[in-house]
Amino acid sequence: MSARIEATGLAVGYGHRPIVEGLNFSLQPGELLVLIGTNGSGKSTLLKTLAGLVAAQKGSVNVLGAAPGTQHSLVGYLPQHPVSSHTLPLRVEDVVAMGRYAHLGLTRRARAEDHRIVQESMERTGAIAYKSRPLRDLSGGQQQRTHLAQVLARRADVLLLDEPTAGLDLLGRQAVAELVAQERARGVAVVMATHELSDADTADMVMLLAQRVVAQGSPATALTDAALRECFGFTQPH
Amino acid sequence: MAHFLFGPFLDNEFLRQSLYAGILVSAICAVAGTFVVLRGLAFAGDALAHGVVPGVAAAFLFGFSGVLGAAIGAGVMMSGVSVVTRRYRLSGDTAIGLLFVGMLALGVIIQSRSRSFAGDLTNILFGEVLGVSNSDLVWQFIALVAVCAIAWFCRRPFLLLSVDDGLTETSGFSVKKYHNIMLAMVALTVVASFQTVGTLLVLGLLIAPAATGALFARRIGTMMVVAAVVGIFSTYVGLLVSYHANVAAGASIVFCSVLEFTACAVVVEVQRWQAHRKDIHHDHDQPHMHGHVHVS
Repeated sequence: MSARIEATGLAVGYGHRPIVEGLNFSLQPGELLVLIGTNGSGKSTLLKTLAGLVAAQKGSVNVLGAAPGTQHSLVGYLPQHPVSSHTLPLRVEDVVAMGRYAHLGLTRRARAEDHRIVQESMERTGAIAYKSRPLRDLSGGQQQRTHLAQVLARRADVLLLDEPTAGLDLLGRQAVAELVAQERARGVAVVMATHELSDADTADMVMLLAQRVVAQGSPATALTDAALRECFGFTQPH
Repeated sequence: MAHFLFGPFLDNEFLRQSLYAGILVSAICAVAGTFVVLRGLAFAGDALAHGVVPGVAAAFLFGFSGVLGAAIGAGVMMSGVSVVTRRYRLSGDTAIGLLFVGMLALGVIIQSRSRSFAGDLTNILFGEVLGVSNSDLVWQFIALVAVCAIAWFCRRPFLLLSVDDGLTETSGFSVKKYHNIMLAMVALTVVASFQTVGTLLVLGLLIAPAATGALFARRIGTMMVVAAVVGIFSTYVGLLVSYHANVAAGASIVFCSVLEFTACAVVVEVQRWQAHRKDIHHDHDQPHMHGHVHVS
């Protein structure tokens, strides 16, 4: 089976300054790569590079066999703290429907199948409960569920999730874990940046980042006390 | 009373023409202004409005079409902002600010060569709503159709741009391309509107009605409709006040639209306060319930 994502000697960063160098990994269908690190460690920059929003500085990377940012309808990206303007008069279902725009392009009309996928995505995240409410009236957690539903509505083969559990309570975090498991079960490769060590429990690969790769491997081999101390400066209770 | 409200428009053709122009401009501004408010382009819109000044001033001085002059001014302004932002890595705000004052100053310099400096400059800045011709109305109608067509055709990338640039790009729409198309739409709106309300006040009709729409609307289409209604009502009331009180028409229209926003904002605030009070009473009357959403 061909890899969903492959990176060799990859360096990511802004301008001419790399934030992380020497990234080597390969992600097969259904696999989960969890990126863990402090703020500014390079997690979001790596995700943006995979999404095609930031150019790779060195090395090679391909997503679904092509350059990042070229397979829009097959790659879903959830940015960190998606901006939602206070004045944005959009209902939850309209925001989720935007997840289908990559498939619809500029002019194609939404079909029954598109509406069904939007509805199903809202049901899966629980956003269906407030689908007619304006996004601006919702709590941070509800907004995050809405944005998650939007990413799911893309029906992508690769999901890039930047701190999807931010702003969610314990129940919400469990729900995200379940959604990720469901997506992996249908062959979706997932890359997820997080601060929560527990998010890495079911990962195939964990990468500890601190402006360099501190450790990489299965959760058991990467999340050692020594590696965590080096990454965070102290050992986190796991 | 009926004569007080409608007489001026029935008795005076120039006022009827002004009302028609105001309705067209309000509709154009409602569509473009909605995206200006959602994307946060108020400063860029203001700069574009002032960027047309040297073009219009040159048109006055050398005797060619003011609309053509305004279009050239808007084009120079947009290109200048794009070049300064890209080549010198300055923020959009700084680039817009630089071009904004530069173009306004150039406009005043060109206009100062005119014999009727003060009068012409006043017309450019505050418009000539009471001097609208049939050809102006035709041109504004064409501009309305063009702006509606752009907004409809680009509705998806424009909506995405209102939420997040990253989301726009990863959905397959170029942020740079559609941001520039949006700016071009705003520029067209300014060019079509400046003769009616002036370059200084066109921003008022771009922002205030759309901001009023944003207070109530839950959908973009509704926001545009509310903005158009607010703009048209402001035009009517502004012209009426101008006629009876003998005050500047363009400024009266824009001032009315800002007053309407203020009144609506107060209504929304009172509604929120009442809802908040209702929630507090509800919490006191009923035992607290912890519901949660099922996620499969």
